[in-house]
Amino acid sequence: MITVTLNGNPVELEQPLSIRDLLESVQVPPDYLAVEINAEVVPRAEHPTHLVHDGDVVEVVTLVGGG
Amino acid sequence: MSTPAASDAPSQTQTEWDAPLRVGGHTLTSRLIVGTGRYETMEEMRQSLDQSGATCVTVAVRRERLYAPSGENILDFLDLDRYTLLPNTAGCFNAVDAVRAARLGREILTTLGNPGANWVKLEVLGDSKTLLPDPVETLAACRELVADGFSVLCYTSDDPVIARRLKELGAASVMPAGSPIGSGQGLLNPNNLRIILEYLKQDDPHYPVIVDAGVGTASDVSEAFELGADGVLLNTAIAHARDPVLMASAMKHAAIAGRQAYLAGRIPKRLYGTASSPVEGVISTRPYGAASRSTEK
Repeated sequence: MITVTLNGNPVELEQPLSIRDLLESVQVPPDYLAVEINAEVVPRAEHPTHLVHDGDVVEVVTLVGGG
Repeated sequence: MSTPAASDAPSQTQTEWDAPLRVGGHTLTSRLIVGTGRYETMEEMRQSLDQSGATCVTVAVRRERLYAPSGENILDFLDLDRYTLLPNTAGCFNAVDAVRAARLGREILTTLGNPGANWVKLEVLGDSKTLLPDPVETLAACRELVADGFSVLCYTSDDPVIARRLKELGAASVMPAGSPIGSGQGLLNPNNLRIILEYLKQDDPHYPVIVDAGVGTASDVSEAFELGADGVLLNTAIAHARDPVLMASAMKHAAIAGRQAYLAGRIPKRLYGTASSPVEGVISTRPYGAASRSTEK
């Protein structure tokens, strides 16, 4: 088991996962999301191949109303 | 661009009497930039944006509520063929976080294919009570984002010295606050805004200065344009008005009125009255002599 921090919450995973697999069950269209791992943006093209490892801090963000 | 009805032309397009606003590599046909936050409903937001006439709207970057039954996403209510999105770094209190937020916004807009991917509204705040900008962190973030290729539209206080520093760092636009964010106090220090406009436009008359934050009502927007601002960015004054859709329309007309008045050139203020009607040929007599305007009893 590995543990990653996903949007501030600890999440246990069986094994390292690609970002695409990690986000598979998210309802929002993937185009609406951006992903950062350990404070670095992971470009969308790399989501299928970029693996999330033990201890990674993952942020998944979208756009909301703002001024 | 659509061709509007002749009678309504000035409210639909500026091109006949004004150049569009060029800022950060973008050309905006409306000089009003509006936020998308604090609306009761997405539909109310959509109608308000429509009535504001804005072609550029700001958005914020926030964590997605993962795996929760998903609610509405703002992107389903924004016509991306119509609006250029301007992602902000709102909610950031240091340069590091602001730079991260800017890059995340760029990533989403790049994926969406929206032209707003190359720019950001930089906002780094000092504390959550006043929401006043932190000038030290703002300068640091501006420097880094410019180096990273962003067009930085930089929210700042009305301090002319910091405004000049931000321009020197390469900000695509300096955006001084009229008054604190969401306060609705209007333009508290028009003199500072005048100095900022003078400093930043000296030898560079087309450098865009956008008044951002503090607008309470339509006259505040007109005042900013009458001072010579190139644009106004506002959110709460529309979103929290009793009738946001109607206020959005008011803001559109206020922006046009203020900008036209600025271009037309106001008359100087005078201490005494000057008659609009001819003095010659009046049928009445005057109570005081011609030379007795001032202190005669």
